[in-house]
Amino acid sequence: MSAHGASTQPLSRFAVSPARRRKDLLARAAILAATLLALIPLVLIIYYLLRKGLGSWSTSFFTTDPTGNTFFKNSNIGGIKSAILGTLEIVALASAISIPIGICVAIWLVEYGRSSRFASVVRFAVDVLTGVPSIVFGLFIFIVLVVGTGSTYAGYKGSCALALLMLPVVIRSAEVILLLVPSGLRESALALGAPRWRVIFSVVLPTALPGMLTGVLLAVARAAGETAPLLFTAGATLKTNFNLGQFTNSLPVQIYNDVISPTTSVEHRAWGAALTLVSIILLLNVIARLASRRSRLG
Amino acid sequence: MTVEGSGPEVTDREHESSSEIGEPPAGAAEGDSRPGAPRIAARSDSEVRAPSPNGATARAAEQTPGLSIALEELRAFYGRNEAVKGLDLQFHANEVTAIIGPSGCGKSTMIRCINRMHEEIPGARAQGRVMLDDLDVYDPSVDVVAVRRAIGMVFQKPNPFPTMSIFDNVAAGPRLTSRRRGDLRQTVESALRSAGLWEEVADRLDQPGASLSGGQQQRLCIARSLAVDPDVILMDEPCSALDPIATLRIEELIDQLKLRVTIVIVTHNMQQAARVADRTAFLLDGRLVEVGPTHEIFTKPNDPRTEEYVTGKFG
Repeated sequence: MSAHGASTQPLSRFAVSPARRRKDLLARAAILAATLLALIPLVLIIYYLLRKGLGSWSTSFFTTDPTGNTFFKNSNIGGIKSAILGTLEIVALASAISIPIGICVAIWLVEYGRSSRFASVVRFAVDVLTGVPSIVFGLFIFIVLVVGTGSTYAGYKGSCALALLMLPVVIRSAEVILLLVPSGLRESALALGAPRWRVIFSVVLPTALPGMLTGVLLAVARAAGETAPLLFTAGATLKTNFNLGQFTNSLPVQIYNDVISPTTSVEHRAWGAALTLVSIILLLNVIARLASRRSRLG
Repeated sequence: MTVEGSGPEVTDREHESSSEIGEPPAGAAEGDSRPGAPRIAARSDSEVRAPSPNGATARAAEQTPGLSIALEELRAFYGRNEAVKGLDLQFHANEVTAIIGPSGCGKSTMIRCINRMHEEIPGARAQGRVMLDDLDVYDPSVDVVAVRRAIGMVFQKPNPFPTMSIFDNVAAGPRLTSRRRGDLRQTVESALRSAGLWEEVADRLDQPGASLSGGQQQRLCIARSLAVDPDVILMDEPCSALDPIATLRIEELIDQLKLRVTIVIVTHNMQQAARVADRTAFLLDGRLVEVGPTHEIFTKPNDPRTEEYVTGKFG
């Protein structure tokens, strides 16, 4: 008798109650619904980009400059060659400025500054810089390099604005990755009798490299998509231009200008340019993901 | 991003006299390995080198002897917290000295003071003297980098450089310290042989160091520290992350290595101390309780606290 009771009672104790089952179902459904809700705009953006953008893609779309001739319905409005090349030039220069400086700052913070007072001031400044709206960087460069020098827009001024925008992102991401490099590696290299700079160059940086590449590429991708810092620094122009001392066209500014045009064909060009820009950024993100997969750090 | 590729290795060979390439050990003491002196301040060879106490065996004859170390009133701090509270302790040349004591008694801090790794921790500092033979490694004129070349270190967790191959890991010392007078390949091979790892890795030197097992990785780390030809090797619980068989191999290795270096080993494992150490020091709360020949510490210690600790009554 008692043996029978002892064998059934524990089983019922371990059974899931119907109330809990209902709660679980409800919670799961709510989470799934929220996820789907968040996906709706994402899917719609991609859908519209492809539907509207792909239509305006053609060989000449990528190989001709915009003509500026948008008044008549049948006039040839041209492509976005100058905008693509301009974006690549401006972003390349911005990267060349911000990436070395940013990585140096991160190395200083992690390897030398550590928890010193000045290092925490730098970290705070970087955090503040991260939160600054992108148009403020444009405004700053406008005041300093455009108004301040009494000159006009130029590609390199746009690069400076983007470099300022990228700098905190590069510093923060590189710092996080450098902090992930196990301190045991630094210690064992130092214990071999290696000078600190060689430890950084031969052990710390190679270990951190794939991870830092990810952060850097995400910063580049973010800069490539920015309009506001370029509007009144690099300006807008029609011609392909390899001299960053002059007005330089860019994809975001081209989109901005095209989208406010009353002409339908120009508006379509904006969609095509937007799709191009998103593709470039997507490509950078894919490369960044591949790089982070190669990382040996957690 | 190894700074040097394979190119410079070839140039190294040019500097090498051909007779030395084939047979490493014979000329090693005089030719291949550098004299101990120039690394640390301006000291002549004869001043630094102690006569070999192990001249009897052929093996010892081909190795350079280790150096003795003496701690004098050593104090170590983390900020305001004093972890080592005035230690006087000698480590004899070419002996293995085990440091035992409960967790937090300052064992690791103490050995990190010997090669000045303690000061790498922000806020940490040391006082007193650490005499390497008759040189105070804390003397302001001493180059900390040179101290670390003479006093190698093996850490608790095996940590080969993850971006480097087995070969590059061992070659890292000579490369990073820009002291590559001998043939690098030969240096690597002899370090790997000394660490008892050569047979296991000879055919896969270009594979990542992280591809080895834990015990092999720790022997790789030992080979890495041997490649700069140190006089002293500090081991901070080198076997605590290893299984018993890998531990045994490291212990056999320690026995061989003491012919050419002085070894200080921190361990939580009493049996290990008893197996490998010539002398054992018992630390408690940042102070030395007792030091003596290992068998005495374990069989008839002078201090009751030592007896309580080694018999497992506390700690």
